[in-house]
Amino acid sequence: MMSAKANILAKLRKSLEGTAPVADDYDVELVTRPWSYPAEERIPRLRQLMEAVHTETHLTSTAEWPTLLEKLLADKQLPSLLIAPATAHGAQLAAHFAGREGLPRLKAYDRPVEEWKAELFDDTPASLTGTLGAIAATGSLILWPNREEPRLMSLVPPVHFALLKASEVYDNFHEVQQKQRWDAGMPTNALLVSGPSKTADIEQVLAYGAHGPKDLVVLILEDA
Amino acid sequence: MNGQARIPAVEISSRDLKHNAHNALGDTQLRGNMRKAMDSLMAKRLASMPDEYEREHLREMGNHVRARALSKLPELLERLEANLTRNGVKVHWAETVDEANAIVLQIAEARRAKQVIKGKSMVSEEMEMNHFLEGHGIEALESDMGEYIIQLDHEKPTHIIMPAIHKNARQVGSLFRDKLGIDYTEDVDALIQTGRRVLRQKFFEADIGVSGVNFAVAETGTLLLVENEGNGRMSTGVPPVHIAVTGIEKVVENLRDVVPLLSLLTRSALGQGITTYVNMISGPRQADERDGPQEVHLVLLDNGRSQAFADGELRQTLNCIRCGACMNHCPVYTRIGGQAYGTVYPGPIGKIISPHLMGLENTPDHPSASSLCGACGEVCPVKIPIPALLRRLREENVKKPDAPNPVMRGQGSKYSPRERLLWKGWRLLNTSPWLYRAFGFLATRLRGLTPGSLGPWTQNHSAPKPAARSLHELAREHLEGK
Repeated sequence: MMSAKANILAKLRKSLEGTAPVADDYDVELVTRPWSYPAEERIPRLRQLMEAVHTETHLTSTAEWPTLLEKLLADKQLPSLLIAPATAHGAQLAAHFAGREGLPRLKAYDRPVEEWKAELFDDTPASLTGTLGAIAATGSLILWPNREEPRLMSLVPPVHFALLKASEVYDNFHEVQQKQRWDAGMPTNALLVSGPSKTADIEQVLAYGAHGPKDLVVLILEDA
Repeated sequence: MNGQARIPAVEISSRDLKHNAHNALGDTQLRGNMRKAMDSLMAKRLASMPDEYEREHLREMGNHVRARALSKLPELLERLEANLTRNGVKVHWAETVDEANAIVLQIAEARRAKQVIKGKSMVSEEMEMNHFLEGHGIEALESDMGEYIIQLDHEKPTHIIMPAIHKNARQVGSLFRDKLGIDYTEDVDALIQTGRRVLRQKFFEADIGVSGVNFAVAETGTLLLVENEGNGRMSTGVPPVHIAVTGIEKVVENLRDVVPLLSLLTRSALGQGITTYVNMISGPRQADERDGPQEVHLVLLDNGRSQAFADGELRQTLNCIRCGACMNHCPVYTRIGGQAYGTVYPGPIGKIISPHLMGLENTPDHPSASSLCGACGEVCPVKIPIPALLRRLREENVKKPDAPNPVMRGQGSKYSPRERLLWKGWRLLNTSPWLYRAFGFLATRLRGLTPGSLGPWTQNHSAPKPAARSLHELAREHLEGK
């Protein structure tokens, strides 16, 4: 008996007998030109699109963002924050918080999820991650979760703070794939995140905080 | 109201489309809900594609990208498998839904799984995976809010993107009160927060997450999932095992091919420039990673797709990227809703794909349930000529059932010797002038004998009656009288 794979492929090949593959006439212009912006418009467009879907965005700087984040955590009355101390930004925030009283507790995602799954789900109200940049065309953040900032870090906590370097805002998805050479190898998980989780499944009424974060807060570092 | 009673919805007693449509047309609540939803979806799509040049050229490009992928489908499937395997994903092939279910069960049993949480997957609906797994003592719970709502009410999806679009907030409020024991509310935010709370616990507990796939990229071995809620990310990221199920046609050649298709998909479906999440999965958790599934499986399902593939014209059916725009713009779908079709895929795309998945013998009325107004073909983001394919299926449907070289399973399910004879007579009449004149003479002279009742036609129309003199006769009289 032939395997399912062999059967399927044999049927498909027989159906294609005598035909030639369709030529690749990919139109780069069409997927880039309508989605290209002057440099000074990229960040305003990104903010406008992201805010339209309830994302909070702030312009700040490499030196100032920890202070801003401290204020935002206080405003939102968040008792703790999940960070990645091994990253440059995680270390910077840890240093900013070090030795000071009355601040939210900083936690690290420093062990396999199985060892602290309940705490991650039930007692981790917020997280901070970096990004690999953003896309002005669609108002999207680019995330490649890794060992230090795993997949669930930007998903399970109800509030997600993301750091974005202004110099890493690209025009469109095509440009990102080319400039970051995505075709050369993808990570186990890559994400475009364009706002807090939402649904319109009941009567098309938009509701935020479906399964992922209810709040997405983007801190844009203008000097980075 | 009785606590266990179902919220009234269309009763799907059979796969009989005509019967179901008749019931649905009488349901004013359903018709109101559907009309409102479809009007809104059509307006949103157009608002997101205001530039006609860009829209029409991108549709053309989408068509070319899909046609190119299908033109080398076997090779791309093998590349996809090789790259996924290299990344650590286990790839399985299934010709039938039974084979696909058996594969899922085998994976579940190896892990002694008791609970499965599902992201949205239409292929798993084809497989009736929930029912199958429950038969083997494994709970399978839907986590897309719309899918969750209809699963609670033991219904089938009414729309491929918005499964519960036929229900309004009051109906969902009553359902949640009855099934979840919460206080009645019709506040959508409150209802969604209830769903979130219940399902978060299920994500936490689940042994396996199941998802569909929007695009499978051969070049990099990447499975791409598009969603707004985050349930897809939860289903594929939290449980220790992720099983993706998809049709063999979902593969594209290169990562960049996703760019136009993604833009077409989210704008055509929801009028969104992009969904909240675009989730690209290329492998299971690596040794140095701290989360993600330890196992990732991909099940590639044929289930009739290779039949559509075998015919150059019908192959275009497989261009579909499952956006649902054809449904939103269909006058028939809007009036009868998705459940009346009695198939997993409703609406125009359902009418051209279901006969391949289920056989024409099980979908005999589907190719005809269309006014051929053409709206579906005009909005399709990958330019599937749906009206032309409906006409083609109508032809296949009236061939002699035993005619040689059948293209379709269930060929000729509407074949009628009487109808065939009538058309033969019609042809004879219209190709023989003397016979045509004789018929005209008799029809006008014997007009008093025309029957008053002509089946369904005379339910809403008066019976036609030939004129006393044919046009030829009148013309001759007119000229001779000069």
